[in-house]
Amino acid sequence: MNDLTLAWRNIWRHPRRSVLTMMAIGFAAMLLVFMLSFQFGSYESMINASVKLATGHLQVQGKGYNKKPEMRNVVPNPEAIMDKLSKTQGVDSVTPRSHAFVLASSDTRIRGVLVTGVDPEREKEVFTIPSLIRKGDYLSNEAGNSIIIGALLAKRLNTGVGQELTLLGQSFDGSIAATVVTVRGIFRSGIDAVDRATIQMLLTDFDDLFVMNGAVHSVVATVHELRQTEPLKAVLKNAPLLKPLAVLDWIDLTPGLKQSIQLDLVGGIIMYVILIIVVAFSILNTFLMAVFERTREFGVMMAIGTTPRRLVKVMLMESMFMTGVGLLAGMVTGALLTVYFSHAGIPMGGAADLMAQYGMSGRLFPRLSLLSLLVGPTIIGVVTFITALVPALKIPRLKPVDAMKAV
Amino acid sequence: MYTQLAWRNIWRNPRRTAIILTAILIGVAAMIILAALMRGMVGGMVENAIDNMVGHIKIQHPDYRSDPDISHRLSEVDGISKALKIVLPESARITQRIRIDGVVSNARETAGIEIVGIHPESEIGISFIGTAPVEGSPITASDKNGVLIGAALAKKFQTGIGKKLVVATQRGDGESGSRAFRIRGIFHGDMEATEKAYLFISLPAAQRLVHEEDSATEIAVTLARETSGKELEKLVMQCRTALEPFNVSVYGWKDLLPAITAYLAMFDVFLLIWFVVIFIAMGFGIVNTVLMAVYERMREFGLLKAIGMRPARIIRMVMGESLFLLILGCTGGTFFGLGVTCYFAETGIDLGAFSKGTEMWGMSRIILPVINASDILFANAVVLLLGLLVSIYPAVKAARFTPVETMRQN
Amino acid sequence: MSAVTARDVSRIYTQGDVKVTALDKVSLTVETGEFVALAGPSGSGKTTLLNLIGGLDTPDGGEVTVNGMAFKTMSSSDLAELRLSQIGFVFQSYNLIPVLTAEENVEYILRLQGVGKKERKDRARAILDDVGLEDKYDRKPSQLSGGQQQRVAVARALVSNPTIILADEPTANLDSKTGDSLLQMMREMNEKHKVTFIFSTHDAMVMEAAKRIVSMKDGKIAEDKTK
Repeated sequence: MNDLTLAWRNIWRHPRRSVLTMMAIGFAAMLLVFMLSFQFGSYESMINASVKLATGHLQVQGKGYNKKPEMRNVVPNPEAIMDKLSKTQGVDSVTPRSHAFVLASSDTRIRGVLVTGVDPEREKEVFTIPSLIRKGDYLSNEAGNSIIIGALLAKRLNTGVGQELTLLGQSFDGSIAATVVTVRGIFRSGIDAVDRATIQMLLTDFDDLFVMNGAVHSVVATVHELRQTEPLKAVLKNAPLLKPLAVLDWIDLTPGLKQSIQLDLVGGIIMYVILIIVVAFSILNTFLMAVFERTREFGVMMAIGTTPRRLVKVMLMESMFMTGVGLLAGMVTGALLTVYFSHAGIPMGGAADLMAQYGMSGRLFPRLSLLSLLVGPTIIGVVTFITALVPALKIPRLKPVDAMKAV
Repeated sequence: MYTQLAWRNIWRNPRRTAIILTAILIGVAAMIILAALMRGMVGGMVENAIDNMVGHIKIQHPDYRSDPDISHRLSEVDGISKALKIVLPESARITQRIRIDGVVSNARETAGIEIVGIHPESEIGISFIGTAPVEGSPITASDKNGVLIGAALAKKFQTGIGKKLVVATQRGDGESGSRAFRIRGIFHGDMEATEKAYLFISLPAAQRLVHEEDSATEIAVTLARETSGKELEKLVMQCRTALEPFNVSVYGWKDLLPAITAYLAMFDVFLLIWFVVIFIAMGFGIVNTVLMAVYERMREFGLLKAIGMRPARIIRMVMGESLFLLILGCTGGTFFGLGVTCYFAETGIDLGAFSKGTEMWGMSRIILPVINASDILFANAVVLLLGLLVSIYPAVKAARFTPVETMRQN
Repeated sequence: MSAVTARDVSRIYTQGDVKVTALDKVSLTVETGEFVALAGPSGSGKTTLLNLIGGLDTPDGGEVTVNGMAFKTMSSSDLAELRLSQIGFVFQSYNLIPVLTAEENVEYILRLQGVGKKERKDRARAILDDVGLEDKYDRKPSQLSGGQQQRVAVARALVSNPTIILADEPTANLDSKTGDSLLQMMREMNEKHKVTFIFSTHDAMVMEAAKRIVSMKDGKIAEDKTK
């Protein structure tokens, strides 16, 4: 028999009340574990989709190219930089790219469009466009003078696989660059903005056409794990070879993505805070009653020599025990729910179309992490502790003689 | 007398009642505030989208939507406009546009862009360009070589008011056409993307550029603000009938913005889920508080039973008390929620810190909460109904106390 | 050194606008080993005086010392410590901790004193045996009769080997037979261990047993008589 037993038995004086209180805490914890896992999971798939579609995690570009992409702002020594990047611990894949604005014309149509020169073998390793070909084939080093094109653009140019397009642009040295290419494949990513404005060609063809002399506009790298991006960026920035160039991460390349994640997170946090406040008031009554209905008992215990500190301790043990059981139950059910849905996925119904425009599939997969498992319950734990502290701190102010008079 | 009794009973333990009332109040207020914020956010998204040259009703060539090319233009623009005016209410505004893909270039830069030929005056109240802030001067209805470009594009091209731009596109006959324009003004849009996506010239200038006199690629209609979704649908149907002879497609904005429409459909479900979640959080508190009150008065209920009160009456008594609690909490919460919402409605919530994020989702930077009577009713109904539902448990408990059992207690 | 001294002790309660003087400058000295009854009608200040002596309440005037220690200078924790080590309480209504068994209620005091587990158990059982509850160790208070509960309360007061036991109407809720055996027990403790007993009562039988009777009336000591 010690204070812990005492606290434990006190909890079960009112089993219904205690269970309801634990359920309230457990419900909040479960919801937070699941929702945070859900949010983190969808952020990860958003970032992955965006990174794998185009930007990669890191890019090396000429200084200022990201803000103002000019033909002449190049990475002059892509080989050396790719070599350096691939030898860096944590980097998964490296690929060079170049971009130029051209007028693309078919027999009947003309459109202005950005053409990207790529290395097909390297692109295939990580990026998704090669796998999104709906008609024809992806680029191949064996098939020169061919391009792949987004489905919406193909429609607007009134062209199809096997047909020819004329590309007209300005080369690196300012001279006119013109060529005839064959459409080798048509891809559809589901993102209108991409399908409407993308042409890819072989980097070697690009080099010839625009007289790049081996220079490229960016070297794109993906890393093994998302969270390695930042430290890697810092390391690469200080590499002597990369000093004259700019090292950008996915946040620099798609600032909207990072901010929309923050926006969503802030929105979520506001909702969780409201939820926790409501729960706190919901359970405050239990903790309060636990003190008030036992005022007399506390009086007796003080009379026989129990110090007020000790009574506060027993009280807090009681509430923390309820909180603990509630949190644990909430974490377990929340984790189970998350694990279940992380396999099954959550169909997003009506939002799927909207999400497709940002490269996300119609199903979202929550992802259980230590962070999503612990953040919510920890905050609830702290709030309930404060909630329990308010009534418990009234105990030392009781005078034994008054306390014993209470009913 | 029963009301009075119930009223007095809930104030027997004022502190406890105050706490549970606070929980209900915060919960209901949170429901109302969140609903208003989300309505404001989604409403802003819809408005932005409609404002972005979508309009409420749009008439286009049947193939234009899938292939926005000048070859898919409307030919009998005047005839269509006349037919429309008969069907549409007085308050509707109509404008014609040419919208085609093109290329804009100056000595340094070249970029793909959407060329939009407009009647500048008639765009007012229809799309953002009618009222967008413009540096320099706006273009006039018959301006032959004036162009309005976005601030972001001007910056990218390192150009300014009075400078020249070459605008090229494909003409109606398939040949490529290009003309030089002079920058009259620079407009500022809500989003950077808008400033880079569009270039505005007068409708006649656009018609000359594509070599098609009296043509337009679309006719857009904007209706009075208070037009309901049902009225809109009816009008779209009427337009369809009226325009049948012209072989054109008539779209309501919901057809043109399927993603947002789908999102809107999900929105109500989302609100319901949020309401229920918040209710559950306070529901535990409600049950617990009523349960405590019931157990404290065990003797009293035993006594009432002993003197012959029927269990049904006891249940009604307890439910009546919790109904009082719920009504008080809901009323307080509604006023509190409305107060907070009105406060935010004055200033709006500035999401400037996340401007790139809001832009990505087509949201406005500043969210103005929208109070919707049905949301408020709905929030209150959820709390009242579910609140009464969970009170059945303690009420039945109270009715089951037997006189003997209660006397032994305590 | 006296076990208890009270010098000019006053206590005034405020009920609404009315001030009630429960104790009016009362002075009392009790020597170690005494067996004192505080007698008088209800409202005469008996319980108030006991509470003040036990440090459960603070006087509005005057000073209380127990075994030479003045309450004035002590914090509520110090007072709790003092009660734990020197004073045992027996209340009119038994006031046991409802979630603990008879044995645990007694043991609890020893635990507070930091007594080891084995010794705790032995002492608690021994004292329960002394008060005649050898077969009721595991009963919760709700499973005991009034008399049994009061014995547990006495056992709890005695187990810590206090020098003073304060009892407020210990027999009031008991039938005469149970009350008598309780009284016998208290006398025995007093004689055997030289424990000082101060108790309030208006039970003639209890007064009979006392060696010194302090009669109170209207918050003052009316008579102080040693047999």
